Amino acid sequence: MTDIANKDAAVAQLTDVMWKFTSYIGKRLPTDVTHKLHDLRSKETNPLAKEIYQSMKDNQEAADKLNRPSCQDTGVIQYFITAGARFPLLGELEDILSNATKEATKQGPLRHNAVETFDEKNTGTNTGSKIPWLDWEIDPKGDDCIIDVYMAGGGCTLPGAAKVLMPGEGYEGVAEFVFDVITQRGVNACPPMLVGVGVSTSAETAARLSKKAILRPVDSRHPNANAARMEELLEEGLNEIGLGPQGLTGNASVMGVNIESSARHPSTIGVAVSTGCWAHRRGRIRIKPDLSYEIISHQGVEL
Amino acid sequence: MSAKKILTTPIKDEDLEALNIGDVVYLTGHLVTCRDVAHRRLIELGRELPVDLKGGAIFHAGPIVKQNDDGSYEMVSIGPTTSMRMEKFEKEFIKQTGVKLVVGKGGMGDETAAGCVENKAVHAIFPGGCAVLAATKVEKIEGAHWKDLGMPETLWVNKVNEFGPLIISIDTKGRNLIEENKARFREKKRPVLDKINAQVRFIK
Repeated sequence: MTDIANKDAAVAQLTDVMWKFTSYIGKRLPTDVTHKLHDLRSKETNPLAKEIYQSMKDNQEAADKLNRPSCQDTGVIQYFITAGARFPLLGELEDILSNATKEATKQGPLRHNAVETFDEKNTGTNTGSKIPWLDWEIDPKGDDCIIDVYMAGGGCTLPGAAKVLMPGEGYEGVAEFVFDVITQRGVNACPPMLVGVGVSTSAETAARLSKKAILRPVDSRHPNANAARMEELLEEGLNEIGLGPQGLTGNASVMGVNIESSARHPSTIGVAVSTGCWAHRRGRIRIKPDLSYEIISHQGVEL
Repeated sequence: MSAKKILTTPIKDEDLEALNIGDVVYLTGHLVTCRDVAHRRLIELGRELPVDLKGGAIFHAGPIVKQNDDGSYEMVSIGPTTSMRMEKFEKEFIKQTGVKLVVGKGGMGDETAAGCVENKAVHAIFPGGCAVLAATKVEKIEGAHWKDLGMPETLWVNKVNEFGPLIISIDTKGRNLIEENKARFREKKRPVLDKINAQVRFIK
């Protein structure tokens, strides 16, 4: 186990890295998303769709040049953490990420998006009860920490849905559910979207997996051959519908479909859909036990 | 490409009559952000709107705004939010305020379309997520009302120059681009699903 001699200094150091990274991902899209959008733009044939793709490209260039959040909705901040049990700042991480969110909100700046429920007051800091949202997985033997930062904007969060199917509905029922959600509500979620599908045992397990699915790279595939085939079929099928950018019709509907799954009860199929908009702002960073870091999602980053 | 079609506030009925769904226009003049709570306050709570919108344009948007040391405001990032959330209020809103151009993201429903026909107004889509592009078209923030609602919900009065592209999605004849697109998507869905379903019968 690595010792950190001065814990306060270490906490300050990691807070600094995490607010900068949180702010950074609001301004520049991850490398895989940028490549995919370039690909979709160059293949588009509908004139209005081409104009929209051009606006998207111009926007990202302006955001980069002016160092501003590329979309005004910088979302509710969510951190998906895979922490080694021996990561030296495991116990401090929750406070570090809350303070990183506050600092990114000031420095970014980020829009104030945390409304305290029932009190119905915007906290003005992007922090509140259980926000930033933390999702934990522990790697029992590890000593580093991988953190996915995700800006959950309102538009791409709204289509989110989960349901428990009877086994008689089968995987056909999964496909029907995905298509219903995307064709009815996807139009407002800034297509071309990255679609995450959770196939699992209950509503909440499927919902969590559907969100984990959109943290995976665009064009990555599920390790199970049937699941990978289903990803391809759903992607091709949704693209055949041709939502186009902003639902204004075009050659594509989605950047991709990613499925995450777990084993299930024999009597249930839990299914859920989460969507990421074209401006899919997520970032993955690995923090080593000495607090040096590696940014996995974006190439050539200086924080 | 034909010349840029530019609307200027105050917008008159005749400026809008020739516009059809799918047309691309730009806006010069004033554009006021107005979203969920502002709609609710006017329609449900009967509070008077602090901005005169007759002949005006609203933007379903919650921006990021920076306040400078001298107290003035600077637009950092401003893009459209989901217009459908305002569907419940928009018809009555158009009638009461005399607003002519409603800008947002995604489509709106039958009620808004009816309001557009009755009061000669249009709904237009600005590409979602293109918020820095939009901010560069804001020349100045001239006012901020109902600041008690917080940054996203404040009514920001923006002076804009050739703000766009704005894609007309509901015209004064009541045609609704996104609803027409959605009907087309629904029609395409069944045969595509039949094809997929034949290949995912993993339970045997």
